[in-house]
Amino acid sequence: MNVAHYLGLLHRAQVNLAGAFREIAEGHREEVDVFHLCNRLARQCDDHAERLQPLVDRYGEEAADEPDRLHSEIFRGSRQGGLGLLRDLQDLYLMAAECDITWTLVGQAAKGLRDAEMLSVVEDCEGETAIQLKWLRTRMKQAAPQALIVA
Amino acid sequence: MPDRIAEPWGERTPYGPGEPWPVRVDVQLAEGVAEEDVDRWVQTASVLHSNGDGYEFGVKEGRIVGVRGRADDRVNHGRLGPKDLYGWQANASPDRLTRPLVRDAGRLVETDWDEAMGRVVARSKELLAGPGGWGKFGFYTSGQLFLEEYYTLGVIGKAGLGTPHMDGNTRLCTATAAASLKASFGADGQPGSYTDVDECDALAIWGHNVAETQTVLWMRMLDRRRGSAPPRLLCVDPRMTPVAREADVHLAPRSGTNMALMNAVLREVIARGWIDDEYIARSTIGFDALESVVEPWTADRAAEVCGVPARDILAAAELVGTCERLLSTVLQGFYQSNQATAAACQVNNLHLLRGMLGRPGAGLYQMNGQPTAQNTRETGADGDLPALRNWDNEEHVQQLAELWNVEPDTIPHWAPPTHAMQIFRYAEQGSIELLWISATNPAVSLPELARVRAILGREELFVVVQDLFPTETAEFADVVLPAATWGEKTGTFTSVDRTVHLSERGVDPPGEARADLDIFLDYAERMDLRDKDGAPLIKWSDPEGAFEAWKACTQGRPCDYTGLSYAKLRERNGIQWPCNEAAPDGTERLYTDGAFTTDPEQAESYGHDLATGAAFTEEEYKGKQPGGRAFLHAVDYEPSPEVTTPEYPLLLTTGRTVYHFHTRTKTGRAPELNDAAPEVWVELSQADAGSLGIGEGDVVRVESPRGRIEAPVRISGIREGVVFVPFHYGEWDRPDGGPPRAANEMTITAWDPVSKQPIFKVAAARVTKLRSGDGERSPAPVIGGSAPAT
Repeated sequence: MNVAHYLGLLHRAQVNLAGAFREIAEGHREEVDVFHLCNRLARQCDDHAERLQPLVDRYGEEAADEPDRLHSEIFRGSRQGGLGLLRDLQDLYLMAAECDITWTLVGQAAKGLRDAEMLSVVEDCEGETAIQLKWLRTRMKQAAPQALIVA
Repeated sequence: MPDRIAEPWGERTPYGPGEPWPVRVDVQLAEGVAEEDVDRWVQTASVLHSNGDGYEFGVKEGRIVGVRGRADDRVNHGRLGPKDLYGWQANASPDRLTRPLVRDAGRLVETDWDEAMGRVVARSKELLAGPGGWGKFGFYTSGQLFLEEYYTLGVIGKAGLGTPHMDGNTRLCTATAAASLKASFGADGQPGSYTDVDECDALAIWGHNVAETQTVLWMRMLDRRRGSAPPRLLCVDPRMTPVAREADVHLAPRSGTNMALMNAVLREVIARGWIDDEYIARSTIGFDALESVVEPWTADRAAEVCGVPARDILAAAELVGTCERLLSTVLQGFYQSNQATAAACQVNNLHLLRGMLGRPGAGLYQMNGQPTAQNTRETGADGDLPALRNWDNEEHVQQLAELWNVEPDTIPHWAPPTHAMQIFRYAEQGSIELLWISATNPAVSLPELARVRAILGREELFVVVQDLFPTETAEFADVVLPAATWGEKTGTFTSVDRTVHLSERGVDPPGEARADLDIFLDYAERMDLRDKDGAPLIKWSDPEGAFEAWKACTQGRPCDYTGLSYAKLRERNGIQWPCNEAAPDGTERLYTDGAFTTDPEQAESYGHDLATGAAFTEEEYKGKQPGGRAFLHAVDYEPSPEVTTPEYPLLLTTGRTVYHFHTRTKTGRAPELNDAAPEVWVELSQADAGSLGIGEGDVVRVESPRGRIEAPVRISGIREGVVFVPFHYGEWDRPDGGPPRAANEMTITAWDPVSKQPIFKVAAARVTKLRSGDGERSPAPVIGGSAPAT
């Protein structure tokens, strides 16, 4: 059974996303909406990771191998300026997208396992991840023309 | 007439439910002038607040000599508030701007219109020449121009220059009203009517010091309170305002906790079954989600977060839950606070849950603060497309393109129009290089003034300021354009309850000052802005022409003006939109049949997640199948971006007094108003003053992490832990300077994720005593929220 592999993958992806939200918040303090909201979304990711922890423990990280090639590893520290903001938000978007699809797949596993606890965690969290993606898309769409054409 | 400084609301004229509000005509004339001396009376409406009171100003020998309320006006039945009774004097102030100014060798010097406009146009053309030239412009306008002026500016920006960077100071004042109306009901526009005061049996006043900001509306409420079968009254406000003193239930929540309070009130209303199941089923979407979000918010839990007794929360829920005709008003205590749109939507939710909309007495005002804020929003001079169109709806954009005869892709609609705080951010970063500020004073009214001054002072930023007076903002200008004001130009504007008034020109502007409309028209002509067939883009040349063009723009939209005309408004001033063939006399209430503007083809927005501001797409919106039903939005409480710390243990909130408007550019130049509130003050509770060893009149320093001011203390009825500073006071009338005194030196740069309205009501602060006031009272007014505690 490989579900532990995916739980571990999702847990790590949420932890990494929380870290990236925080770092990008700090790197763009002058964009105050980004600063405040990224910090809040980081706390949301912390909460997701916390809620996954008992499941990770219960199924054991039996898949001995570390999950490989996480998208989250593409983020290497926040950048400067309008274009930097766009690039950073885009990294967040890719990392959140990874979480989003992983929630879907873990949700499928929960259904197959008839694991009500796992399913309820997925149901509570996947909607929040979807909103994170939506916010990132909204914010980037707003910023892109100015950053790519005007500045 | 009584002294209306000492008695801002005048004498009571009590009336009972369903009775007509008695007429009381208020008159104020210059000393030595009697009514019969006046050469002629010119019709107008209030421009120093949002109520839209109809009145006339008297003209004698080419000068304004006084004002007189119109007995037949539906809004005020003759009454006027103190700002209107005295504020007109500012028009004739000797320091009006009378000639254009340009900056030469670092100094502003007088010049002529050709030179001033020539510089603006030269810079504009230079900026437009390169790729993305549209993105180098920012327009920051007002809630105090006329409809015709905003619409013209909107067309110049959107169809002429093609820039989305246009907003008004309405962003600071009523953006949340618009956002919450769109979110709940599908489009902007107040459901209610002022006549709902006549019929209601309960009044709920949410974060709105109506007594001081809309005095005539408060008179109407007070008259009901003094008549037979008076409405019960709920007030939510951390200050002991006149509304709070009058209220049957007063909640004074800790600043920034409105959502916790509202969730608890709604929980109780639902739990007690005070809801209209049939209305909810027929006319709303989202009940289950709302019920589950508010479920954990017991009165006890909210009491702890908000710092108010649980029994008072229950009493408030009972007051709004058991009445039969509930009227609510909402303003800055919600709009300029944490989770603004979500909290304002909770008031909408309350009315939806109880079916309290669209019938006499059951109404809702998501208030405006400024006289013409509604028009900034309607015409697209701010973050919306004209006539409440949805920027994300291709069909709506197509309609505008046809109307203006431009290609649809000329009109920027790839994202929502840029909000004011973002415009200033782009200016700070240097991508906006020309900022045109009309009829507003951001150097005093935006948050975190040190930052604002640094932005306006940037060498690379070309700043155009169009105003009546040499404001604090004008100090930063490269070009200053002297504008005509109310009484000196003609135009229309719309009150909170959709009442449209015509305000006529009765006197000439001073010197070379020009109507704002004429300035915009001149710019369009000099820029040679063209439609796609090479004809001039702007096809009108006077206010009435602009109004006719606007009417065409509104056809078929919720704010339909097609049934109005200058001629009709001259005959009967004060008609509520929508006014068209089907409703030639206007429309008193919206949503009378429980059907809302949420159909995707009609809606002004496809909606947002209220916690983050994430925008939903057309497909997602259609998937909800709103079908004319209203949205019940649910959001959990989140603490404000800034909360208290041991270093900054108090919460700073800013606000207003009954005697002043905004940064006092007009009211500070009216002697009676200025004398009534001549200087800044700080309000502290008795408890906080006691523990800090501060007495009435002592001078203190108030500091936040961003700035500080010095001011004498008024010990008022404000809640413990909260400090109040009025935001009216800047530098223009202190030629010799002095310690900083503008409240916005201290406020935080942060805004609501949906409405983008800045959070002026929640900042961490500390207060330190500087010196004794030697027993002298502070200069704070003894009337209103600043009345002494003892």
